[in-house]
Amino acid sequence: MYVSDTYAYASSRERWRRLKDNAFEIVALLATLVGIVFLLVLLVDVVRDGWPRLTWQFLTSFPSRRPQQAGILSALVGTLWVVPLAGIIASVIGVMAGVYLEEFAPQNRLTRFIEINIANLAGVPSVIYGLLGLQLFVRYMRPITGGRTVLSGALTLALLVLPIIIIATREALRSVPPSLRLAGMALGATRWEVTRDHVLPMALPGILTGIILSVARAIGETAPLITIGALTYVAFLPPFGLEGLRSPFTVLPIQIFNWISRPQKAFHINAAAGIVILLTVLLLLNGLAIYLRNRLQKRWRA
Amino acid sequence: MNASARDMWRSRPRYGERVLQGLFFLSATLSIFVTFGIAWIMLSESVAFFRRPEVSLLDFFTDTQWTPLFAEKHFGIVVLASATLLITMIALAVALPTGLLTAIFLSEYASERVRRVVKPFLEILAGVPTVVYGYFALTFVTPLLKKFIPVIATFNSLSAGLVMGIMLIPMVASLSEDAIYAVPQSLREAAYALGVTKREVVTGVVIPAALSGIVASFILAMSRAIGETMIVTIAAGQNPRLTLNPFVPVETMTAYIVQVSLGDTPHGSLEYQTLFAVGATLFIFTFALNLFSHWFVRRYRERYE
Repeated sequence: MYVSDTYAYASSRERWRRLKDNAFEIVALLATLVGIVFLLVLLVDVVRDGWPRLTWQFLTSFPSRRPQQAGILSALVGTLWVVPLAGIIASVIGVMAGVYLEEFAPQNRLTRFIEINIANLAGVPSVIYGLLGLQLFVRYMRPITGGRTVLSGALTLALLVLPIIIIATREALRSVPPSLRLAGMALGATRWEVTRDHVLPMALPGILTGIILSVARAIGETAPLITIGALTYVAFLPPFGLEGLRSPFTVLPIQIFNWISRPQKAFHINAAAGIVILLTVLLLLNGLAIYLRNRLQKRWRA
Repeated sequence: MNASARDMWRSRPRYGERVLQGLFFLSATLSIFVTFGIAWIMLSESVAFFRRPEVSLLDFFTDTQWTPLFAEKHFGIVVLASATLLITMIALAVALPTGLLTAIFLSEYASERVRRVVKPFLEILAGVPTVVYGYFALTFVTPLLKKFIPVIATFNSLSAGLVMGIMLIPMVASLSEDAIYAVPQSLREAAYALGVTKREVVTGVVIPAALSGIVASFILAMSRAIGETMIVTIAAGQNPRLTLNPFVPVETMTAYIVQVSLGDTPHGSLEYQTLFAVGATLFIFTFALNLFSHWFVRRYRERYE
């Protein structure tokens, strides 16, 4: 075989390799675009479908049998009752649990067991939390919660987002340099004093971001609240005050689901309008998380 | 905090701080109670279900009909489980290759600027509530599919599975990317030094090195797909039937739970107990997969110094 033949062989092989290389990069790029294009089409489709119903009347009306007169007032108010309540309960418990695991826990079997447990809970389907809430809060704790009420819904969602807050809190605490703790210790502060006065304030942006993201998750949850028996047709608002906790309720995603599951096209338009409002709230929350993170980070750097 | 810093604490906590620490400890142990609470409730209600004269454990696993809401009752969980697995497989067929390729593109090919544009899109995609995906599957994807496949029903597994696959992309992509990111640069450089092309580095070096993390992301995606509720309830229907035909309505385990929950289910009734029997099956599936993925990562993770 002549040298030139080997060359020709090598270069054709080389070309083939290069071709495969380029093809692979293009395929990877296309795969990345799948998600983005899908999201854009979804957003455009939903806004286009829901646009005609996006009026003030839609925001301030109760649901109705006539699609043109129906609105999301009770669903919106229900979400405003259930989600912040769930957020507060989960934040208090979640941050305390995160602080314990990161700052106080001894390294033993129990701690490791708790850690594995939290990781697993984060992977339990939300509908299972609904079944837990149905039995635990709606049935066993009926004297306190009053059954299928705002309080039961909030407690169920709180358990659901608890792992997210614990994991976010731990990550935020872990990013605080150990030297800060050592400095506090050197000055004779107790663990709690260092945690309260130095570690927690520094970890706050991360913790807040975790809380906001978990609230965003709670706003979109449908299945667990249907499972505990939230109503799908509510033409009243929970009374303002403590008795509102024991009031039946519905939330935005359940109202949307209710409209989707009706055969008439007009209700699907209502569903799309509801989705636009739901997504707007979620985008605002995500924006708030980013804003808080940037702002607080700057302040701590200064 | 690392162990040595922890052991260096010498200041004694004050009395009030002891109480506070106890409270923190209780908050952390709550997670254990939640897990055992779920397990206990599933178990006790399932036992009550199987104690009924009309229910037998053998039929639960072998019957090919699921009709607990009819006069003639059959309880074949296979019917619901097969629908769940069919849709899960369709979703994974979309999510695994697309998610992995997205991770490869972002970590190996994309510039920093492209990454900064793409990542927020994926985060938003991950944050879209599932009821929204369900709406899109029913009102956009299914009519679109109907143009190519006229026999497809209004409610079908294919549309639900495809949309669920898209929903899972961000999860697979971000977990796989973490795994790929952990592969040391020196490994890639060593391969380049041997005259290998970029694609060959990716498929021959990076992916094998990150395999444990990638497989774990696949397993978690599967677990997520099995437990996904709203997309399948809205787009795949409420018709329990044993079939592998992706064009007809079916009913998954999760969709059954929603269907029954929407009606009035007094405690102690048969419907109430089926919720927990189905829920227990679902819980066992997902819990086993989650544990398996943790174990898998621990067992097969490549460690680099």
